[in-house]
Amino acid sequence: MLSRTADGLYWLARYMERAENVARILSAGQRIASLTRTVGSEGNEWESTLVAAGCAEGYRDKHGEVTAGGVVDFLVRDPDNPSSVLSCLETARRNARAVRTALTADMWETLNDTWLELRTFESFEGAGGERILRLLEWVKHRSLLFNGAYANTMLRNDAYYFTQLGTFLERADNTARILDVKYHVLLPKSEAVGGPLDYCQWESILRAVSALRAYHWVYHARLAPWMIAELLILRPEMPRSLCACYAQITRHLELLTEAYGGRRGECHRRAGEIHARLRYGRIDAIMQSGLHEFLTEIVDDGIALGRDVGELYLLG
Amino acid sequence: MPCYDEMRESDGVRAPYRLVHEWLAKAPQAELELRRKEAELLFRRIGITFAVYTEGGDPERLIPFDVVPRVISRGDWGRVAEGLEQRVRALNAFLHDVYHGQEILRAKRIPEAIVLGNPLLRPEMFGFDPPGGVYNHVSGIDLVRVGPDEFYVLEDNCRTPSGVSYMLENREAMLRIVPELVSSHRIAPISHYPEELFDILRSVAPSACRGNPCVVLLTPGSYNSAYYEHSFLADEMGIELVEGADLFVEDARVYMRTTEGPKRVDVIYRRIDDEYLDPRAFREDSMLGVPGLFAAYRAGNVALANAVGTGIADDKGIYPYVPEMIRFYLGEEPRLPNVETWRCADPQDLTYVLERLPELVVKQTRGSGGYGMLIGPAASRAELDEFSARLRAQPADYIAQPTLALSTCPTLVDAGIAPRHVDLRPFVLQGGHEIRIVPGGLTRVALREGSLVVNSSQGGGTKDTWVLEA
Repeated sequence: MLSRTADGLYWLARYMERAENVARILSAGQRIASLTRTVGSEGNEWESTLVAAGCAEGYRDKHGEVTAGGVVDFLVRDPDNPSSVLSCLETARRNARAVRTALTADMWETLNDTWLELRTFESFEGAGGERILRLLEWVKHRSLLFNGAYANTMLRNDAYYFTQLGTFLERADNTARILDVKYHVLLPKSEAVGGPLDYCQWESILRAVSALRAYHWVYHARLAPWMIAELLILRPEMPRSLCACYAQITRHLELLTEAYGGRRGECHRRAGEIHARLRYGRIDAIMQSGLHEFLTEIVDDGIALGRDVGELYLLG
Repeated sequence: MPCYDEMRESDGVRAPYRLVHEWLAKAPQAELELRRKEAELLFRRIGITFAVYTEGGDPERLIPFDVVPRVISRGDWGRVAEGLEQRVRALNAFLHDVYHGQEILRAKRIPEAIVLGNPLLRPEMFGFDPPGGVYNHVSGIDLVRVGPDEFYVLEDNCRTPSGVSYMLENREAMLRIVPELVSSHRIAPISHYPEELFDILRSVAPSACRGNPCVVLLTPGSYNSAYYEHSFLADEMGIELVEGADLFVEDARVYMRTTEGPKRVDVIYRRIDDEYLDPRAFREDSMLGVPGLFAAYRAGNVALANAVGTGIADDKGIYPYVPEMIRFYLGEEPRLPNVETWRCADPQDLTYVLERLPELVVKQTRGSGGYGMLIGPAASRAELDEFSARLRAQPADYIAQPTLALSTCPTLVDAGIAPRHVDLRPFVLQGGHEIRIVPGGLTRVALREGSLVVNSSQGGGTKDTWVLEA
């Protein structure tokens, strides 16, 4: 297929996934912001929400001071922020339109309907939290619908593999960032404290990746930081864990190799190496040698992997 | 102005419209409105839009769709189709001649000056034989009807005519929103157009091409107003939709960049104008084209559809001579007449045009899309004066024609069903061996009462066009 088509599918999937992730991070952030008020702590929830969404720098350049209203607007609506929910959906649809022939009718209709509906939303200035939560829910649903549409209607060929690569590279990046923003509350020293604030921090991490229920099913135990870290980093059965994402990434890279008569490159080596780290890592070792360092490395390696994929397939 | 209504005659309803008329009589206005809205929603969801570059407004606009079909009898269509085939063959012969021996100029059947002095002539094409000898693979011939047996050719489009996706999607929309009305008629199918087009494109692959030729559609990109059509046709034919940057030329061979490395391209259905095709051969500042493409074409390593340089055949200044071409190359009389045309470059014609300006339609020879034209009977005194001055200053840029009483068809408007003027653009396909025409074409309708301008950029709409089989 055309390199540009592969590129369009890959970024389409990445931006849909990013829209969903930003929406999840923001809902979790809003929740914790209102909870911390009730447990009597100032906290800097909005700051860490920005960092988790990868938007801290852009926000500082534009607004300076971090306020609840400013962050919500910047993450939901602001067209100057390429990662705002609305920008992501716009970009996704633009990519979709440029590669329309590679989409199934259901994929296109899902994306186009999302975009049409989006344009009927009015400004969010001064909108109540309730309306914003409704919008975030809507975004989540649209993304889930898109994932369902492509999983259920695309032929299992290279077009599908590139779409999957986009979804899982973006998701891995997102999970790693969410964990990294909060790594300090997961460190052993805070375990001893385990006050209500910690508890609600832990809960918010799990909520941001829709894993609160999953946690209980896997561990049948009260929230504990090292288990949260293990669930989101190493557990293959947790669909948003780093390990699960990289299993999908390596799998689809292998499928591409198969489809293309054995052609492979640096991206295959790098993805396999990252996956091995996650597949055979142990959480106590990661905690001991530094959770923050481990996550930073994963994020950086993920970025390099994106570049490698681009070089082999997307730039022609 | 009295004009031919395609549904009503003085004492009743014309035969092809019998069932449509019954349907209109039974369906309440609100119901028809509802159907129209359904169709628009459908188009919006599929994304059948076109871009209009004006300030503000909707960047992706819908072309208004009218739910009342336009019906053409089998007999009428048969005569039209013969005329179209004849015309397209003559245009191809003319293009070959202009770029080779120029017999028609030497025989003085067309004045040399309007061909050789024409900026649409591409000297780069002299002496070159395009694969299969075909120049205008896809032609859109605009027709108007003024009477029971009178169809006229209003203009030829031999470069990159568009609109065929509307023809196809209009039929799909009708099948969804008024299935009973459709199934009560025997309508000639059109949905095989993409297959026919694909056959035509394959048939002109360079002779050196072995095996299955690789055909692609070259688009200027998603910001082009006809992008939907490009993606639709590529999709229907199952070929890659490429942009200039997806192609490159090496050793005078064209390749596309794919995820598996470079892949050789044999036939390019290009929807980019000549000037932008190749910055090395034509406009240097073109970002849309492929450097070296024209050299590859001249080397015979790739086919372009349509060929480079076809603009000389559909120029409005050349148009008056198409009947001459038919006589000269085919030895036949034209089956589809031209509209009488005065060339303002000719001093005698100019004098006549200036005298009769309030009755005439004046067009710029290089204009398109309904811009830069004057409709005498509808013009104000000031507009007429302005055009007179322009005609005197640049006579060679203008032609004039009588204001034709374009036929009308019943159309849904705010006040109910009312007659509105229509034209017809059939699409004629020409391959290495034969000409194929999908029955019907795109009917454009002027939605404003009395208006004769059907262009979508000027508020025109479209209708599904039915050629009856029985």
